[in-house]
Parts: sequence; C-alpha cells; structure tokens
Amino acid sequence: MTDHGYDEWVEALGTDEAFYLECPDGHGSLPPRRTCPHCGATELTETPLPAEGTVETYTEVHVAGPDFAGQTPYVTAIASFGAVRLTGVLRDATAEGVDVGDTVGVETAENPDTGDATVVFRPR
Amino acid sequence: MNDVRIAGVGLTPFGRQPERTGRDLFAEAALAAREDAGVAREAFEGLHYGNFMGALAERQGHQGPLMAEAAGLDCPATRHESACASAGVAVRHAVQAIRAGEHDVLLAGGMERMTNLPTTEVTESLAIAADELFEVRAGMTFPGAYALMARAYFEEYGGSREDLAHIAVKNHANAVPNEFAQYRREVTVEEAMDSPPVATPLHLFDACPITDGASAVVLVSDDYAEEHGLDAPVRIAGSGQGGDNLALQDREAFSRTPAATEAAEAAYDDAGVGPDDVDVAEVHDCFTIAEVLAVESLGLFEHGEGVSAAREGRTTRDGELPVNLSGGLKAKGHPVGATGGAQIVEMAKLLRGDHVNSDALSDPRVGVTHNAGGTVASAVVHVLEVDR
Repeated sequence: MTDHGYDEWVEALGTDEAFYLECPDGHGSLPPRRTCPHCGATELTETPLPAEGTVETYTEVHVAGPDFAGQTPYVTAIASFGAVRLTGVLRDATAEGVDVGDTVGVETAENPDTGDATVVFRPR
Repeated sequence: MNDVRIAGVGLTPFGRQPERTGRDLFAEAALAAREDAGVAREAFEGLHYGNFMGALAERQGHQGPLMAEAAGLDCPATRHESACASAGVAVRHAVQAIRAGEHDVLLAGGMERMTNLPTTEVTESLAIAADELFEVRAGMTFPGAYALMARAYFEEYGGSREDLAHIAVKNHANAVPNEFAQYRREVTVEEAMDSPPVATPLHLFDACPITDGASAVVLVSDDYAEEHGLDAPVRIAGSGQGGDNLALQDREAFSRTPAATEAAEAAYDDAGVGPDDVDVAEVHDCFTIAEVLAVESLGLFEHGEGVSAAREGRTTRDGELPVNLSGGLKAKGHPVGATGGAQIVEMAKLLRGDHVNSDALSDPRVGVTHNAGGTVASAVVHVLEVDR
C-alpha cells in the first residue's frame, strides 16, 4: 500500500532530509496533514527534525498483533524531538536498558514481519 | 426541553459465546429491554446502535437495519462507531433526539462479537482504534497504549503496580454476584501481581477480557412516560461528549484524559450537579489504569489520588464512592461496542434498586457513567438521577 506523504516522511528519517511540519505558532506535526492538530492553522512548513529525542514513556509489549508477532517482546516508546513527538520501536536495547529521559536517535528500518518501513529508535 | 427517562434495560450475559451471531446477541438484549419497558412495538421511532469491529469479526457492515429487524422493530436505525465509546455515543444521540422533541421513544444500545476470532486477530482489530500510520505501525497495541499512559502516570504522580492490582481485586469482587458478568470469581493482589506481562507495566490481570455481549435501553420522553403511566424512575439528566487528538503522541500529556474531563463538565453542567453530588460511578476500566484516569477526569478524585483509591477502600462497595459495582469492564467483561449501553443498564438498575449490588448504596440519587474510546480520544459521560 502506498501512503503518499507518510511514506516520504518515514523514508527520510535518519537522513539529512528528516523533517516535521511546523505551523506559524511553532506547533509540530507529522505528514500527511493540511491542518495543524493543535490550532488548525493551514500554513505548514517542512522543518528539519532534530537528530536526537528524549524518551517520554515506553512499554515492553508481550502480546502483539500479527504485524509484530515474530518480535515479542519488543519495546514501543514515545520520544519528543523538540516541537514534535514520535512513536517508534526501540532497537538495540531491552526494557531493562531504557528509562524515561534517555536520549535516542531515530531512523527507518524494516519491520521483519511485514516488510513495512517502521520508525525505529536506538539509544545514543 | 423534554426530559429523557429510562423505561427499560436489557443485557445478554457477558462472556465467551463464540458460536452466537451478533444479531442473536443484540436481539436478546433488545427483547429484554422491551419487556422491561412494556412499550408497544409500534411506538419505537428509531434505533441508535453501537458497534466497533463488526466489519472485521463478522464481515458485516450496515448493522443498523439488521439490528432493528433482530429486535423486532420496524424503524430507521443508525450504527454509531467511536471505538469502545460506540454505545455511549449511540445513547447520547438518542438522548439528544428525544430532548429536541423529534422523537418520544427510541431504542439504544450496542453489540460486539469478539471471541469468534483468535486472540492475535482481536489484538489487531482493537488496534484499529489507534492511529494506523503513527501508532500501529510502531507496534502500539491497545494494551500497549494504556501501558504507555500508565508509565507516564507513575512518572508524574507516583503509584505502583500493586495500587493497580487493588482495582482488579475490587472489580472482581463486585462481579461475583452479577449474573451477567464474565468473571464471577474473586482474585487476590498476589495473583494479579504474579500474572504474566501483556505490555509492561500492565499485566494480564490489569486487562479486561475479550467478550461477546450486547446491551439495550428503551429511552422515552418524560411526556410519553407520564401519558402511558410507565414505571421509569431514572432520568438521563446530563449528557456530555469530549474529544482529543487521536494519537497519544499529539496529546499534551499522557497521564490525564482531558476529553473525559470535557465530557464530564458538560454532563454535570447539563444536569445541574457537580462531582460532589455523585453517589456511584460506572467507569471505563478497560485496564486498571483507565479507572484511575477516569475517576480523576470525572473530578471524583484529584489528579494523583485516583491510583490509591481502591487500595484505600474509598471506591470499594463499602467505600465513600463505590466505583464499578457491576464489576466494571475488568470483570463484567468488555464487548466493546456494547459497553457504553451496558453501563447505562447497570447504573439504571443500581439507582432503581433492583441491581444485585444495590444494597451497597443507601438512597442514592445521582450516578455517573463514563465511556471512553481508544486512548480517550472519544469520551461520553452521562449523569443519571432517580426520583426519590
């Protein structure tokens, strides 16, 4: 399946082209969007995404759907990258090795169960 | 404005009944509600019906007319989908239509058939309530989403897995005498703590079960109840709905659910009551942490205090404010598209005095129901009051 807007965004993660959308008030969001999810503004500008983020919360998932069934247990986290937050799978670390406040980098990697491009965090 | 009265209520037993069709489940609940109400078939002017995953579980869309027919009715019907808040939204639409004077008699409720699918497919189906691109593709499951909220709550306010275990213990104890409940057995804190992890910090006993079931309520205008001499002592005195960004990552905080606060404030304002007037609550405890977030959003406890309310006995059946006397989603079960209606059913009976756990309350006047969709991007709150 092609998801125009999202596909280009996820493929750019981890490269110099990585970006998020910024509205005139500085709110961050992710494409595809025509409106800011925080204030409804329609002028959204592609802005460079910081290379490092901070883990805000995480969970080690033991019961997964079919798309992640071969990877349990795995860690899903939400990390803040300045004006925007991303949800991703943490690789190269177990749940014991991560904590709220840790610094992570972000890139795109393949989901081995589906072949889809997935947001992946790695400890920095 | 026409006041809305609950003329009749009906439920199926909640539990594993994978061989039963959705239409049979809803028919059972609807016929029970119709019998309880004693309203003529010809009087029904519409059905507002909640269902979440029927297109996946039964490959059945367009369920509104199917379910009106199953209920033995000949009237227009609409299916409402707002994830686990589907039936709460359906009830709210019926309430609004009666209040607006457009209708006098409506059926509302919902149904979910789930256990005919294997657990991995149920997990996948429930996840469609989350953001497919930004959450599900990053491995977020439904329990995983609440686990992310639970960890954020612990970070901000404190609290522990043991606090959450006390919520499971309380709700299981409440479900024991409830003939409609899925799990009619007590559990201990130790059992809950020792259960296997689902999505840390949440373990199996923090999660509601996968459930088949249906709920139905007959709602009538005050005028209709009076004209026809109906015995309908419970009114839906307040209704409110709130919304939030769909994806957790776009919320201001993960440790609070402002959509439920918005719904509660609207419902209280509508009914002319406040949190201090509430005698009993049925809240959306799809996970133990969800009960914490619910009672805080409803203004029943301060932020940070809800997590220890069950452990301190404040929300148990003998406590100052019993929460989930039905057993809640945790022990009564959670057929997702039926739950919001089932909460109205349980609360109406608690207030009328014919619920098996009504004896836990002394002259209750005001009850509140809280129904949430997804990670509370949708929330519906109703205030019920009983004539005294």
